Amino acid sequence: MVKLTIDNKPVEVAEGTTILKAARQAGINIPTLCYFELDGMKFENKPGGCRVCVVEVEGRKNLAPACATDVMEGMVVHTHSARVINARKTVVELILSDHPNDCLQCSKSGDCELQTLAQKLGIREIPFKGEQSTYKKDSTLSVERDMDKCIMCRRCETMCNKIQSVGALSAVNRGFEAVVSPAFDQPLGESSCINCGQCVQVCPVGALSLVDNVADVMKAIADPTKTVVVQTAPAVRVALGEEFGMEPGSIVTGKMAAALRRLGFNYVFDTDWSADLTIMEEGTELLGRIGKVLAGDKTAKLPIFTSCCPGWVSFYEKNFPDMLEYPSTAKSPQQMFGAVAKNYFAEKIGVKREDMVVVSIMPCLAKKSEAAREEFKVNGNPDVDFSLTTRELAHMIKQCNLNLNDMPSEDFDSPLGESTGAAVIFGATGGVMEAAVRTAYEVFTKKKLDNIDFEVLRGFDGVKTATVDFAGTPINVAVAYGLNNARIIMEEVRDGNPRGFHAVEVMACPGGCIGGAGQPYHHGDSSIIRKRMEATYREDAGKPIRKSHENPSIIAIYKEYFGEPCGHKSHELLHTHYFDRSKKIEKE
Amino acid sequence: MTKVKSLADLKAMREKFQSNLDVREKSNNQEEMVQIKVAMATCGIASGAKQIMEYMMEKADAMKIRVVFTQTGCMGYCHAEPTIEVKVPGRDPLVFGHVDNKKADEIFEKYILNNEMVDGIIPVNYEVIDK
Amino acid sequence: MAKYKMHVLVCGGTGCKASQSAQIVENLKAVLTENGLQDEVQVITTGCFGFCEKGPIVKMMPDNTFYTQVKPEDARTIVEEHIIKGRKVTNLLYTDPENNEHVSDSKHMGFYKKQIRIALRNCGFIDPENIDESISRGGYEALGKCLSEMKPEDVIQEIKLSGLRGRGGGGFPTGLKWEIASKNHADQKYVVCNADEGDPGAFMDRSIMEGDPHSIIEAMAICGYAIGATKGLVYIRAEYPLAIDRLQIAIKQAREYGLLGQDIMGSGFDFDIELRYGAGAFVCGEETALIHSMEGKRGEPTFKPPFPAVSGYLGKPTNVNNVETFANIPVIITKGADWFNKIGTEKSKGTKVFALAGQINNVGLIEVPMGITLREVIYEIGGGIKDGKEFKAVQTGGPSGGCLTKKHLDTPIDYDNLIAAGSMMGSGGMVVMDETSCMVSIAKFYLEFTCEESCGKCTPCRIGNKRLCEMLTKISKGNGTMEDLYELRNLAAVIKDTALCGLGQTSPNPVLSTLDNFWDEYVEHVVDKKCRAGVCKSLMSYEIDQTKCVGCTACARNCPVGAIKGEKKMPHTIDPAVCIKCGACIERCKFGAISIK
Repeated sequence: MVKLTIDNKPVEVAEGTTILKAARQAGINIPTLCYFELDGMKFENKPGGCRVCVVEVEGRKNLAPACATDVMEGMVVHTHSARVINARKTVVELILSDHPNDCLQCSKSGDCELQTLAQKLGIREIPFKGEQSTYKKDSTLSVERDMDKCIMCRRCETMCNKIQSVGALSAVNRGFEAVVSPAFDQPLGESSCINCGQCVQVCPVGALSLVDNVADVMKAIADPTKTVVVQTAPAVRVALGEEFGMEPGSIVTGKMAAALRRLGFNYVFDTDWSADLTIMEEGTELLGRIGKVLAGDKTAKLPIFTSCCPGWVSFYEKNFPDMLEYPSTAKSPQQMFGAVAKNYFAEKIGVKREDMVVVSIMPCLAKKSEAAREEFKVNGNPDVDFSLTTRELAHMIKQCNLNLNDMPSEDFDSPLGESTGAAVIFGATGGVMEAAVRTAYEVFTKKKLDNIDFEVLRGFDGVKTATVDFAGTPINVAVAYGLNNARIIMEEVRDGNPRGFHAVEVMACPGGCIGGAGQPYHHGDSSIIRKRMEATYREDAGKPIRKSHENPSIIAIYKEYFGEPCGHKSHELLHTHYFDRSKKIEKE
Repeated sequence: MTKVKSLADLKAMREKFQSNLDVREKSNNQEEMVQIKVAMATCGIASGAKQIMEYMMEKADAMKIRVVFTQTGCMGYCHAEPTIEVKVPGRDPLVFGHVDNKKADEIFEKYILNNEMVDGIIPVNYEVIDK
Repeated sequence: MAKYKMHVLVCGGTGCKASQSAQIVENLKAVLTENGLQDEVQVITTGCFGFCEKGPIVKMMPDNTFYTQVKPEDARTIVEEHIIKGRKVTNLLYTDPENNEHVSDSKHMGFYKKQIRIALRNCGFIDPENIDESISRGGYEALGKCLSEMKPEDVIQEIKLSGLRGRGGGGFPTGLKWEIASKNHADQKYVVCNADEGDPGAFMDRSIMEGDPHSIIEAMAICGYAIGATKGLVYIRAEYPLAIDRLQIAIKQAREYGLLGQDIMGSGFDFDIELRYGAGAFVCGEETALIHSMEGKRGEPTFKPPFPAVSGYLGKPTNVNNVETFANIPVIITKGADWFNKIGTEKSKGTKVFALAGQINNVGLIEVPMGITLREVIYEIGGGIKDGKEFKAVQTGGPSGGCLTKKHLDTPIDYDNLIAAGSMMGSGGMVVMDETSCMVSIAKFYLEFTCEESCGKCTPCRIGNKRLCEMLTKISKGNGTMEDLYELRNLAAVIKDTALCGLGQTSPNPVLSTLDNFWDEYVEHVVDKKCRAGVCKSLMSYEIDQTKCVGCTACARNCPVGAIKGEKKMPHTIDPAVCIKCGACIERCKFGAISIK
């Protein structure tokens, strides 16, 4: 332990603790800007670049960045001396002197860490006038870049490179011209970007934001010729409440359904329903592959990788084009829902495909890009027309003078609204695997699974592995979030799969979809993500049915429409194929 | 090529190289060759040291004076590049600055042949550490 | 044909010429001819001795008698006394200021001790492309001594005792650096030579690598032995092709002789060196940025600790030293720490190589003992200010340094004194300025350099320096206010206090030191809107000399903006508020009546 004094307060902390953390332990909150940590998720960005957290350490010539300076025995630290405050204010004034300061129109207004900091420091004018950085705006289908607002905190870069190993964003140029950009200034959409959007989630300002589709959806609702169907992903219901001042981890499923109905959606359905459908298809595919491999079929590959996460799908299409036969061919729940809605359901209610608009509410930015994929369109009409994020839904609700807190609890519509606890846990890392095991076990062994809570697959470890005994047959599974973790497993599999995995679940975002880029900003407070995860398992535990294959509506649709999982009809509507996207496809 | 296998080896080599050099440099024998070192760091070359070295080689040939030319590093006289050091047997080495073709001619004709001084000598103004 | 027995060398440097040295030559020749000695004694004009303070200088050869402050009328005495009678002219001899004794043989003059060549010991003496010449001057003997007679800890102890400090700018004790690296255990360690010399006007590292590459190789191997590293890397800027060539040749020759590679000199110690090229980013001279650049990453610094000695190249303990630092190592080993630490000042031992540049007569590379004064460097080595102008300031330490002024002329130069004076040693650039230099423009010049070379990682350096530069531009354009001056100082101080790396922390030094030493000049720029050096164009005004103007109206007719008014045949005037300083009037005026103030 190390003893030191911070603001005249004696503090004792473990060796290797930074001044910043030591101060926090002592209840002193030193402001930060570039510093960002997701505790327990191995995400730490401390380039020591912004210099907002500088403090005075007695005996040192210069001010020290609290985020990057380790405590030392006997250290005497002042966090708010006149010298520190002057330096801190000057630094923020400098940042503001190269910032558009268009807070009123900025998508990040009210959620902006720079704004909060300027407010806290009481900055009323910017003494420095000079050149402002201007860059051309850029956008993918999911992410908008306005680098005029970039403050070079490098969080996006750390996320993109260290956590996701995507390598799309890095700092370029020098001095005042330094900015974060894809290599050679190419548009982000033509880079190695996989639209996971985690850069947006960590951006402290409005430099990176999402592509906003609220207006498109409002227009569709207002169009009397359209039947607008909405589906909501499992992770949305445990996070949406935060936007309305509720405690993180509040479950707002019923209120959300009610709000959606008041917004004017004609049918309020649930992606959980199609998550159950996904388990039927993917679980069957897994068992099929195991059977084939055991029978010596060399074309069948193990492990099977989940394919629910569109960021992950883009990632392996771009990085592992030689391994496209590994992932499950099952579409994601969003796309399964779209396909079912625009075929089965449209037919059932007698609406033409082109008159139906399918909207999804997702915790995710990559879903926007997924919905726009060519393979998910019929004659140019997409299965999912618009994918909104949790944040966009919250804006839409607010825009329409609704308050989620005041909503009654309502049910989803039938038939695409019924779901099980297995579907609910899709929102958390390990959930898809747990749901799949619950079903695959019973299908494979024809025995009832007594304890369906697979604790070993839960929690925030970046990689979890387990061996599940399928009545004498050991099934090795792995769960990973963060694409660098996925890359390590992919490379291991490419090298011969030494750990003999049968199935691997991958989610791009921290903690799974609950930590998705479309969720309310967590500003580095990982306890928020933890609370969303707890809520997820709480919701599961409270469900009367907790195994996908027991969902009566799923049983019914197989009976009525699909026949059997992985059958002819499901292959047509519920499965997809993958493409080598490692090279930029030349435009004609 | 011989490898240096020990410190003793290295010292023996040094002795050998040094005596070879000494025979040339310290000899008072008028028959020995004149040594000319041309400062050839980037700055010297940029000021024309290569050209002047070639010119002087031709000049030496034409005048049938036996001269050993060597390149060397920066002598520090940036204000007077190109610089050369001339060591005539029996005399102290002299450094000349701003050497152009005309100056080179003078150095050969006056200084080397006749021990006549030539304008443009750069006085040595530093101490060398003894070995 | 003349066979001269004696030579009289008369200094023809700018300073001595100004004190009639040409007349001395003529008088000497005349008196010699008078005495019939014209064929026995030759009078020669030399380049500058550097000792301009005591000029004009006359040196007699071959007896090395050194006469100072010689006047033309002394020519007769010199010929009649010294040449004819063989008696030294005592009153012209140099007087040693320490003991007031006359010194006749120039070899004993303190003047020659002003420069001691340790790091440059072989530059200009050996053929850098021939290892034999290096060996003939003792090359690799220090390495041999370390490998056969010293334990690694002895080597470190010797370097520590020598008091050698890093010559790249920071001045960190080299021995201590080695010790830290040696104590961090790892399967692989690295020795890195920082040859990313980037200060404008500094080229000592290049000169050493071009003139004596073997000393660097030898020193890196010694360092490797001391800290337990078997791999050396030279990070050298690609703009130094000749240095790269010569290093490569030297490495190859050293390998052929077994002085690099496996089992060096039968000691069992392995060491080899590779070159890594830098693309010329100034910030890559900072050791953490340098390491990132070598790793193929963006060349930008990271916060220390961890120091490279703990986690450096590829995460392994790495010792980074500058070229000049390494060049000192073999000498310390062969001659001993005690010999070395007698040179210099209490806290700064040995010598420092400086690149003298600017408005000084003898632009060049000099190596002087620590503790020498600026006055000695400028007037006794550098030959004084060009064209007899007045000394104004000297900039040391490059863009990280500051401007020192007349009051610092007698300050002994060492690491600590320079920092105390608001500048720093830096890598050893020394730019001398005379009265025609505008200190605001000088500060702006260095700030522009830093802005260009900042990596952009931290706010103070990325935006702060940009703003400093913009404020200086505003001041030099005549739009500055006193508030700007206070803001300039505050911002400069905050940048110094908060920037991430050495580059950023020192980047405001040119501003702060000029503010400290030339405050009046700044005030003149913002209050009087005047630039006394006549450098800031916007602050110049065109004026018509009322006594010279005849009222021909040529200027008024040609002024594009109608700024010139006046009756015909009466002196004209220029309205400064309208004048655009195009210069058309000056061109037209046949009477030289218009001037720029």
